[in-house]
Amino acid sequence: MAMNDRYIRQVILPGFGMDAQEKLLAAKVLIVGMGGLGCPVLQYMVAAGVGTIGIMDGDTVSMSNLHRQLLFHAGELGQPKVKLAAEKMKEQDSSILVQAYPYALTVSNAAEVVADYDLVIDATDNFMAKYLINDVCVLLNKPWIYGAVSQYQGQLSVFNWREGVASDQLQPINYRDLFPVSPAPHEIATCEEAGVIGVLPGIIGTMQAAEAIKIITGLGLPLYGRLYNYDLLQARSYEIAIVKQEDPVKIDQAFFEAMNYDLFCGQPEEDPDMHDIEEINVDTFMQLRADPDVFVLDVREKHEYPAIDFADAQIPMSELQTGMAALPDKSICVICHQGIRSVYAAQLIRARRNLTVYSLKGGLTAYFKKES
Amino acid sequence: MNMEIKVLFFGSLTDATAVAALNEVTASDTAALQELLHQQYPVLRTAKYFIAVNRQMINKNTTLKTGDVVALMPPFSGG
Repeated sequence: MAMNDRYIRQVILPGFGMDAQEKLLAAKVLIVGMGGLGCPVLQYMVAAGVGTIGIMDGDTVSMSNLHRQLLFHAGELGQPKVKLAAEKMKEQDSSILVQAYPYALTVSNAAEVVADYDLVIDATDNFMAKYLINDVCVLLNKPWIYGAVSQYQGQLSVFNWREGVASDQLQPINYRDLFPVSPAPHEIATCEEAGVIGVLPGIIGTMQAAEAIKIITGLGLPLYGRLYNYDLLQARSYEIAIVKQEDPVKIDQAFFEAMNYDLFCGQPEEDPDMHDIEEINVDTFMQLRADPDVFVLDVREKHEYPAIDFADAQIPMSELQTGMAALPDKSICVICHQGIRSVYAAQLIRARRNLTVYSLKGGLTAYFKKES
Repeated sequence: MNMEIKVLFFGSLTDATAVAALNEVTASDTAALQELLHQQYPVLRTAKYFIAVNRQMINKNTTLKTGDVVALMPPFSGG
């Protein structure tokens, strides 16, 4: 590569050198979201010399963005963020390829776009996108860097980093190990509802950029397997070691296709109560299953044990989208192994069929524990 | 014997608790602690969070001892 003075101050760092700089040049990084987190991530990725950068966001600039999205100014209101950002980055360094995707990440475009990149940076502002990024990265075996803010606090972690686990047989930690089930709409307020201080996504986004540089170059120890929480008001950080779920959600093609991320992760315009599923304990379950007006649905896959004789039907989660029409117009009580998939299934049924739906908390594990 | 533990609330959970920390809480294990907290702050019943004991996430009921620090951590989504 034609070396110039641009990167000299990082190239001379101990352990960095031309080797790390060339890795950055060869890297392909996708930044999903061009808001408070995405702006600093993009600026530092370009400045550091990452060769290929995708930026994805369907939004246009609005006045309330400007206190935290420092790439944009008041003369650009209404213009597409990724188009503006790509133009500005060309001025910063025209040798960097910045590919703009002026639309949101969806289940139908996610795999195609993400496949072209080595690393994904989550700079989004909603759960739908975070779960979608997680699941597509697990499917395609890509690492991703999570960042999020809430009022005066921020969170950061590195997920699905293959180098973080000792064996190819082990699945790296992903976002669903932390939060297997996405929150219901309005359960967690967005920036729009709860507010955010402008400098906070600047801090978290800059830290995401730092993690990206480490992952690409192999320098240092990425924030994998650890959730980092930053409290701006107290100027304190708190780090938690993440533990893999014992019965993790199996994210495969069937799961990915069966998920309706819009429904499960709650868009602000939806009815807040629409997908709030009542999770019942074993005692309540025993009463409900004796009621002839309640239909017990087992959503485990066909190969899962133990076999049970008290379900009215078994429709595996992977077949639920297509199999749902077979459900009667009764109250539905959904059961699975651990009570996690059943919440998804219940949300899906509620959304599509508008029936009263329950989910057995703790699943059959809790049931058999109580029985024994 | 009373187990005196410290409880930390993160993110939007402090909207429900109005405090970031509780000191000298008495609970023998994390399930008992959750029950106690849910009685004191009913909003927590339906809130999404995971629990960490001494900075390590747990996903099953865990015995507590004096001096333990329990964190309740919700997901954040803002950007």
